[in-house]
Amino acid sequence: MKSFDILVVGAGIVGSAVARECALLGWQVGVVSGGTLAGSATAAGMGHVVVMDDSPAQLALTAYSQSLWHQLAAHLPKSAEYEGCGTIWVAADDEDMVQVPAKHALYARFGIETNILSAAQLAHAEPNLRRGLIGGLLVPADGIVYPPAVASYFLAEATRLGAEIFPARAVSAAHGEVRLNTGAVLAADRIVLAVGADCKLLPALPIQRRKGHLAITDRYPGFVRHQLVELGYLKSAHTLTEDSVAFNIQPRQTGQLLIGSSRQYGSTGPEIEPEMLRRMLDRAIEYMPSLDNLSSLRTWTGFRAATPDKLPCIGSASGLSDDATLWLATGFEGLGITNAPGAARLLVAAMTAQTPAIDVTPYLPARMKAQVSMPYA
Amino acid sequence: MSQDISSDVLVIGAGPAGIAAATIAAEQGLKVIVLDDNRQPGGQIWRNLSTAHHPSTSKRHPKQQALDRLYRSGAQLLTRRVVFNASASGFAEALHETATDSNVETFRFQQLILATGARERFLPFPGWTLPGVFGVGGLQALTRAGYPVAGKHIAVTGTGPLLLAVAAHLVAAGATVTTVAEQAPMLKLAPFAASLWRQPAKLVQGARYRTKLRSATYRTGCWVVKAIASPDSHTLSAIHMTDGTRTWTEPCDLLACGYYLVPNTELAQLLGCALRGSFVQTDAHQRTSILGIFCVGEPTGIAGLEAAIMQGKIAGLACAGKSTPKLLRRVMKQQVFAKNLEYAFALRQELRSLPKQDTIVCRCEDVTFAAMQAYHGWTDAKLQTRCGMGPCQGRVCGPAAEFLLGWKPPISMRQPLYPVPLRALSSPLASTSKVAINKIEGIESTKERI
Amino acid sequence: MPETLALKINGQLVEVPSGTSVAAALLIASQPFRLSVIGEPRAALCGMGICFECRAVVNGRAHRRTCQLFCEAGMTVETNL
Repeated sequence: MKSFDILVVGAGIVGSAVARECALLGWQVGVVSGGTLAGSATAAGMGHVVVMDDSPAQLALTAYSQSLWHQLAAHLPKSAEYEGCGTIWVAADDEDMVQVPAKHALYARFGIETNILSAAQLAHAEPNLRRGLIGGLLVPADGIVYPPAVASYFLAEATRLGAEIFPARAVSAAHGEVRLNTGAVLAADRIVLAVGADCKLLPALPIQRRKGHLAITDRYPGFVRHQLVELGYLKSAHTLTEDSVAFNIQPRQTGQLLIGSSRQYGSTGPEIEPEMLRRMLDRAIEYMPSLDNLSSLRTWTGFRAATPDKLPCIGSASGLSDDATLWLATGFEGLGITNAPGAARLLVAAMTAQTPAIDVTPYLPARMKAQVSMPYA
Repeated sequence: MSQDISSDVLVIGAGPAGIAAATIAAEQGLKVIVLDDNRQPGGQIWRNLSTAHHPSTSKRHPKQQALDRLYRSGAQLLTRRVVFNASASGFAEALHETATDSNVETFRFQQLILATGARERFLPFPGWTLPGVFGVGGLQALTRAGYPVAGKHIAVTGTGPLLLAVAAHLVAAGATVTTVAEQAPMLKLAPFAASLWRQPAKLVQGARYRTKLRSATYRTGCWVVKAIASPDSHTLSAIHMTDGTRTWTEPCDLLACGYYLVPNTELAQLLGCALRGSFVQTDAHQRTSILGIFCVGEPTGIAGLEAAIMQGKIAGLACAGKSTPKLLRRVMKQQVFAKNLEYAFALRQELRSLPKQDTIVCRCEDVTFAAMQAYHGWTDAKLQTRCGMGPCQGRVCGPAAEFLLGWKPPISMRQPLYPVPLRALSSPLASTSKVAINKIEGIESTKERI
Repeated sequence: MPETLALKINGQLVEVPSGTSVAAALLIASQPFRLSVIGEPRAALCGMGICFECRAVVNGRAHRRTCQLFCEAGMTVETNL
């Protein structure tokens, strides 16, 4: 039986970031990739590096991760398409605009610089937004990446440092053993589950699949310059029970526009749901009317791994499992790309009993214990 | 703006098979609508044939005969409709585009006949992206749409019965066809030629092409390995040809190169119809695996014009709950012809080494053969290289990769099947507002023509 | 003589017989249709709406398949070179 210091199950952006971080320590790393590298949420998602303030713990983790992205940026290959384009939170009405100074002040407390934009400044920054929007908040340090290429880079780094990749699926992962669908069994001191929304390996985890739709256009360079998000986005992301859409658009390095977003529970199939797609695109066209004539190439769906408190699970699985070899890095909802570098660092700090850069208490999987026996809220 | 139009039978594709299906179904008293992406009906084989516009005095072209009968049948033909979404629950959405405007129409149907035809297969080789390199059917379509080729020196290469037909067409248009090069060896072509004896019409057609082409060299067992750009511009000046042992250079202005046909099965797949190999699975009555959905012509197998028309008739009748054993028997015979075609024009293994490391395979995203080869399947390669992610949605590089690398294209099909303006995806399905069909703009109505 | 019409291709007035597709007009005018992602000039390949190599800006709208559009008097075509 092949033996490792650590086995990472899942080769999305989080799993590959963890694999790289562990390989950097000189550990013997094995990665169970499931067949396709970065094939699930990492492939389906938008790829934003964005600071979010849904809760203080979310803000702390995204701000920390953003700083790590800035360090990474210089090393990323061109294929990673890293663009420090910044995010503009768009205010449509007075209710939205009230949030702007508060958000500005809150971000400042976490060391994140932001600029408040007037209606005129917003129109100047993004001429294709509809008229009548009343302002916004620019977060210059936010960026976007092409996640599958980043995951691939992380894995290549890990492999260069000796990590081994198994293009197979894990059928079980517990007590220092991972069984593959090929029949092979691998052993390790530690196992990390970085399996996104596909968490059959640890049924005790209260993670739900939260479906999203996306659409991408042909190339229209310069049509959009920043990542744009409506200030109502957090309301959409926050709601746990209702299907919701929000205006969110990214200018990809190719000149293509990636358009989101939608959130749904209870819809488990990958098929496009025309009604959700229509609502999502209507929302986008409402904010940016001239989108309507742009050529759309593709639409697709993906699944976010959502926890009840909307924070990820990073750390030992103790409390959820009596298996001391089991660690978790999952449940990132829509922030897996942003938070991957931070999560990898925090996890490794916990494994090596180092002091983490930020307080990890809000992300510890053990907090889910209370949720386990309860019906999902 | 969107409109909602209902029919008993919706036919998608107005090539010979679709026209035949629509005609028969309408003659049976069903309300039939036929949609086509192009401005004119006729599909690729009858594309922009001038005979259709100016029917000659004595015997009219089969296309005109078919269209006359279609118009008489009462079926409604709507052209310039790009079907980008459809559901087995009974609707298809199409974008109606003109030079200045576009709107979405929803077509509700009881039964659906897919007659989506085939496209050319392209194989990448060094220089195939140069302006001046066309598909074989591609160059024919462009000349029929007004591209003057008179005085041009043209090489026609690749594989399939289309090579001779197109070469003859180009000669008739005033071009000098310098060479017609068929990759298949004579050994394999001979049984195909022999099978034509059982299909006299086809033989006469072939002989007519050869007569027109007396000046051109017709070679079998050779193919193009490289297209050469003129030194001072980005246009074609010559090609390198090979017969597997010897390589030589031939100057030319244009190259027409295509490797037979690939069935258009995307719409069938979106609807959930089962495939058999590369083709849509149908029974003797052209029924697919989905109740109420039929498929005719090339998506079910490349068997030529006559077979496509007969399949269309069978499906049209089947929609009315009828069948004729005679037709069914005749289609069976055509399937033998299809097998012969498949054998005769099978791609030779040497063509797998056509692309070099730096040859672009995905023309939309400029992805090289080397970049694709680094992965072991479509999904990984798509995610990491963007191949197949451009506007053609893998219609060109997909079949090429299947031949070169053995990659089965991923089957998950989603709307839009073709790129469409975003608003086509955002506009709601039209409610049941009853729009009178004869008020729709762009209709090629039957009534005025009778 | 067939009827002709005039359209603007990259600012140049081009006269073509009516019934000419925009793709054919671009070929007549010896204009590459577009620059590819890495900057290579490209022209129509399939002629039947499949390959999208013939995309150009027609009447101000980008990414139109010129092989599927027919020339109209006063039309403007830009190839974004």
